[in-house]
Amino acid sequence: MKKRKFAFALSGLLALGTILGACGGKEETEETGTTTDTETTEETFSVAMVTDTGGVDDKSFNQSTWEGIQAFGEENGLEKGDGGFDYLQSASESDYVSNLTRLIRRDFDLVYAVGYLMHDAVVEVADQQPDAKIAIIDEVIEGKDNVASIMFRANEASFLAGVAAALESKSGKIGFIGGMEGPIIGGFQAGFEAGVAAVNPDIKVDVEYAASFSDAAKGQQIAKRMYDSGVDIIFHAAGGVGSGLFTEAKERKQKDPNANVWAIGVDRDQYDEGQVDADTNIVLTSVLKRVDVAAQEVAKLAQEGKFPGGETITYGLADQGVDLADSRGAISEETLAKVEEFKQQIIDGTIKVPEQPGE
Amino acid sequence: MSKRLVNILVPLISILLGLIIGAIVMAISGFSPVEGYVALWNGIFMDTYTMGETVRQITPYVFAGLAVAFAFRTGLFNIGVEGQLIMGWLAAAYVGFKFDLPTVIHLPLALIAAAVAGALWAFIPGLLKAKLQVHEVIVTIMMNYTALHVANSLIGTLSGGDERTPKVQETASLRSSFFESLTDYSRMHWGFVVALIAVLVMWFILEKTTRGYELKAVGFNKHASQYAGMNVNKNIILAMVISGAFAGLGGAMEALGTFENMSKLHGFTGIGFDGIAVALLGANQPFGVLLGAILFGSLKNGGLNMPSEAGVPTEIVNIVIALIIFFVASGYIIRVVLERFGKQRKEEK
Repeated sequence: MKKRKFAFALSGLLALGTILGACGGKEETEETGTTTDTETTEETFSVAMVTDTGGVDDKSFNQSTWEGIQAFGEENGLEKGDGGFDYLQSASESDYVSNLTRLIRRDFDLVYAVGYLMHDAVVEVADQQPDAKIAIIDEVIEGKDNVASIMFRANEASFLAGVAAALESKSGKIGFIGGMEGPIIGGFQAGFEAGVAAVNPDIKVDVEYAASFSDAAKGQQIAKRMYDSGVDIIFHAAGGVGSGLFTEAKERKQKDPNANVWAIGVDRDQYDEGQVDADTNIVLTSVLKRVDVAAQEVAKLAQEGKFPGGETITYGLADQGVDLADSRGAISEETLAKVEEFKQQIIDGTIKVPEQPGE
Repeated sequence: MSKRLVNILVPLISILLGLIIGAIVMAISGFSPVEGYVALWNGIFMDTYTMGETVRQITPYVFAGLAVAFAFRTGLFNIGVEGQLIMGWLAAAYVGFKFDLPTVIHLPLALIAAAVAGALWAFIPGLLKAKLQVHEVIVTIMMNYTALHVANSLIGTLSGGDERTPKVQETASLRSSFFESLTDYSRMHWGFVVALIAVLVMWFILEKTTRGYELKAVGFNKHASQYAGMNVNKNIILAMVISGAFAGLGGAMEALGTFENMSKLHGFTGIGFDGIAVALLGANQPFGVLLGAILFGSLKNGGLNMPSEAGVPTEIVNIVIALIIFFVASGYIIRVVLERFGKQRKEEK
């Protein structure tokens, strides 16, 4: 009896193994089928991206890249999936390399690595897969013909945000919440501080870093401290941490409709994040980093066979790669005129915006 | 029903149950469970590359699991594996890039540095527990955060303001061109050998030495051990230190194998926390931990393939994997059911 049951269990296991094994085999043949398909219809150009640990719906950087890729896909009549466009999310930092490799093996013609955190992974994969084309955003990787680097002069748009904040602030106190300290976020901070100082050198910007890009609770805690100390406008360059800032500002506005609290969004137009009710919104404006535009343009270049491998493409105010979002009436006309003035001066080169704090 | 049969059946049934419930979840959310599981399977075993990556993923889990299990056998709940792992990672990365030594000295030195760093980080909660009765759970949790931020700040200092430490020298790397050519450039490295040795070491300490017997005795009953003439405080500290050393070695796997350096972390790696689950899956036995880590690491690595191949979103993947682990961990329920079932049969006869 015992033996029979044991044998039964064993045979069951064996059967399971064969079934799963068979499935694996089938899948492989299918895959070779699809690759030959794409080879015959060689006109299509496929694009994919790997997110950093923020995920594709981070309301910021990754999402913006994905929107650019989707737009590119629509323009070219591509579909999501192999041979079209797709994304993979990274759950942890060790996933970067495997996700990049996975997409390259699925024969995507161009793969985006989103964010400077992927630097090492891109270097490693680029060496192993010389035929792949990779574009990294927010980081410069030199000397690799199959890697293009896309950079943004976010300090220029942050400067304009600083100008707007300094002119609009009633309390004369302004805050800045950073993600993790480093050259990228440093650019936002430097530009913002310089913009504030250009209008009113007496205003001191309250700067605090959350040491994270995802800890929304930390963001709320910092925002609470800043608002409590009389700050009325806070600019965040902190990815997911920023949603804590929006939560805090919205809660204050809900409790007291006259509360003078504002937030400045980052990367995308974050107006939707600041909606308190139908008529009230706490987002003053957003510092736009048009990753979507960049992603689309580089994909186009690559499609035309002009992939800028080994080069760094920098987007600034002049080519509308960075900008301020529509304030939808939150910023007064006079301020906007002033912002426009500064914008022209930056484009002309009469104002040089510092790239790092303390410059 | 024989005990042996139950022991074999319980994990099998639990994995099967997990797979079934996971399939239901996928079906309800509108994804094909068959495609999903095929993608999971392919993500673990499809070719040499994925298999190499799976081994790579399993390796640090073995150490994290051993660390938690070892402390647990002495009655200590080491939640600080994460922090100890981070410190070990940093120490190994530092020794790895700083010194110029031949491999025979450099690699062991980097590993020892990692073990020592992890051990030191665990020594503090051990000492506080032994001398002042401060609960180790609280101290270790807090020291995770300390480790995270200390490491981030030190990376900045060591690398001269950069985001990451320089790459470790080739003489300290666990990677090998042999595995690269064998597994088509996966990041599989020699660390799994170190992990297997660590499993044996833990088994040896616990089962074959007097000290191990004492450690277990303290775990069973502190007061009885003291009455029997054992130095409880010393054993508590020792258990934490050894546990921390295992965790530190887990960090070395990341420093010398997976990444070959250390970048500023913008959050916990999660390996240390998953180590708790791995240890519990393995019933705190060294070889059980090994099996638990294999299950955990395989599912994690295979799960990555599910969004790519079957279009199942990451969130659903996490639910499915959590369900499988949940059912494996709740094997006790299945054991009870099986025993009932066996008893009834006997009575019928």
